[in-house]
Amino acid sequence: MGNGTGEPRAVSGACPADGEGTSPRRAADQDEARCASRRSARRSNLAIAVLAALLVASSLVSLMLGRYPINPAEAVGMLAHLAVPFDPFWTSQQETLFFQVRLPRIVLALLVGCSLAAAGAAYQGTFQNPLVSPDILGASQGAAFGAAVAILLGCTSLFISVSAFLFSIAAVLLVLLIGSRARGNHLLIVVLAGVMVSSLFSAGVSYTKLVADPSDQLAAITYWLMGSLTGAKWGDMALAAAPIAVGLVVLFALRWRINVLTMGDDEASTMGVNARRVRLLVILAATLVTAASVSISGMIGWVGLVIPHFSRMIIGCDYRKLLPASMLMGATFLLVVDDLARLMASSEIPIGILTAFVGAPFFLYLITRRKQQL
Amino acid sequence: MSIDVKGLGFSYGRRDVLRDVSFSIPDGMLVNVLGPNGVGKSTLFRCILCLNTGWTGSITVNGRDLRSLSVRERAREIAYIPQSHSSVYDYNVLDVVLMSASGGVGMFGSPKKRHVERAWEALERVGVAHLGHRPYTRISGGEKQLVLIARAIAQDARTIVMDEPTSALDYGNTVRVLSAVRQLAREGMSIVQSTHQPDQAFLYADRTLVLNEGRVCAYGDPKDVVTKELVSAIYHVDVEVCSLYGDKVRVCVPVSELDRKQAREEAER
Repeated sequence: MGNGTGEPRAVSGACPADGEGTSPRRAADQDEARCASRRSARRSNLAIAVLAALLVASSLVSLMLGRYPINPAEAVGMLAHLAVPFDPFWTSQQETLFFQVRLPRIVLALLVGCSLAAAGAAYQGTFQNPLVSPDILGASQGAAFGAAVAILLGCTSLFISVSAFLFSIAAVLLVLLIGSRARGNHLLIVVLAGVMVSSLFSAGVSYTKLVADPSDQLAAITYWLMGSLTGAKWGDMALAAAPIAVGLVVLFALRWRINVLTMGDDEASTMGVNARRVRLLVILAATLVTAASVSISGMIGWVGLVIPHFSRMIIGCDYRKLLPASMLMGATFLLVVDDLARLMASSEIPIGILTAFVGAPFFLYLITRRKQQL
Repeated sequence: MSIDVKGLGFSYGRRDVLRDVSFSIPDGMLVNVLGPNGVGKSTLFRCILCLNTGWTGSITVNGRDLRSLSVRERAREIAYIPQSHSSVYDYNVLDVVLMSASGGVGMFGSPKKRHVERAWEALERVGVAHLGHRPYTRISGGEKQLVLIARAIAQDARTIVMDEPTSALDYGNTVRVLSAVRQLAREGMSIVQSTHQPDQAFLYADRTLVLNEGRVCAYGDPKDVVTKELVSAIYHVDVEVCSLYGDKVRVCVPVSELDRKQAREEAER
């Protein structure tokens, strides 16, 4: 930044009194600014490439990690075998484990991590609040209630996911309906309604726990609430993949508009953005993504809150870069934490607990660091 | 006529804020809006920008009824520079200016190279291009205001509405911002700005609109409008308007303090 504080030159720059057009020094500063801005664009592209590389690397490593050994050659061989036929040099037991347990689990971790981080980033932008997480509008509590009720009724895991998804969407729609009816500060009311509806549904969850059969149902509900990727099945994932894909595509397409929304509704609309409509679209897309991923993984906190922050520190606030960076980073983060969850202790730790263990201290570190900068 | 307001009325609930406000602003004119706090200046602006709905009367922009315009079309006619500005996130100055491209980019699109180029040009025009790569939250208040002016320029609207653009600025920055605005009007843009300094109009405005109690109190050349009687009446302080430099400029001086000072000096003698 060649111009120190920048202040004195702004003076001569804007003041018509110095009249003589651009001085050579000022022109140099402008070129410097353009170069700096191009450099930072290149830097963030590089950062995204590095994140993508990390994602691929951690996925490959995760395929080999586990109590049951699969070495790199076997892992690559099994993957290659899908495309090119050749004689397997691994056991059928290994193959079953690889394709029915390990691979789906890794894909699920990537899918959920990516979804939660993208939804979190989108919500933080539309609500102009960096402390917002994807469950701000009751998506998680709604899903929890739906799952708890389905468990209470003795449903299969597939139906538990469907019920969680539907209740999650219903909770958010309820919040939006309340928001559209209320007068006054629209955003504030939507957030308040989100808090209220969340607590309503969490009371419902508590009630289902109370009446659940303590020998099996209660444990199932509690376990669901903690969030876990253990039971990953291709079927559930296929079901969730469609809403997640739709939501992510919409968010990705709207990512530059989210920038404009962060300036507030008044400014956004005087700049030609129909703020309410764009916000609604972003909320619906983010909710679709959150509901679908929560319904197959249970409640996994912190990813949607912390990952967008971390991405912002690396890549800046521009959603054109921030959204893809958050998605990549969220996927990698959840995958790594899930590896820890399955390897750290002899009996598996639910991933929801681990993300909080990792997320909370990290978040505290972030906000104290922020203060130093100011 | 870039803006034509006829019989505008607006009320918050049962409280009338604007009553029968009519005026028109020709192209390339810089209009200052004067009036005490709470008199409806911001409300008037919010009506013109369509941020307030439910007003009565008519507002035409470039001959087109404001109500018939879409959000996007409105943005092409009128740009807005808000009063005080803080951004939650640390956008770069260039990114802030780029946001003005919203009206020209499809719903799912993002700005193209030509938008970026236009943003740089706008920054250059107000002399803050050297700040382009810096975080918007870490430049000074005066620089922020200039960046917002650049954003309005890049939006390429015919008219700019500014709500007290200099209220939070120090003296030097106030002069700089007002000069930049004056220059824009000279280049053909119409500008409406509110201010609390009545004598700013003499240097920086073509016309002054005085609002009081929700009505237009006076509208015309600053020299005819900003008089001792009118300023004293609407602000309820005794003011003397003095002429300087062969009446090229005038200043407003609160005389009550002046009288007291004179009395003190006489007593000392």
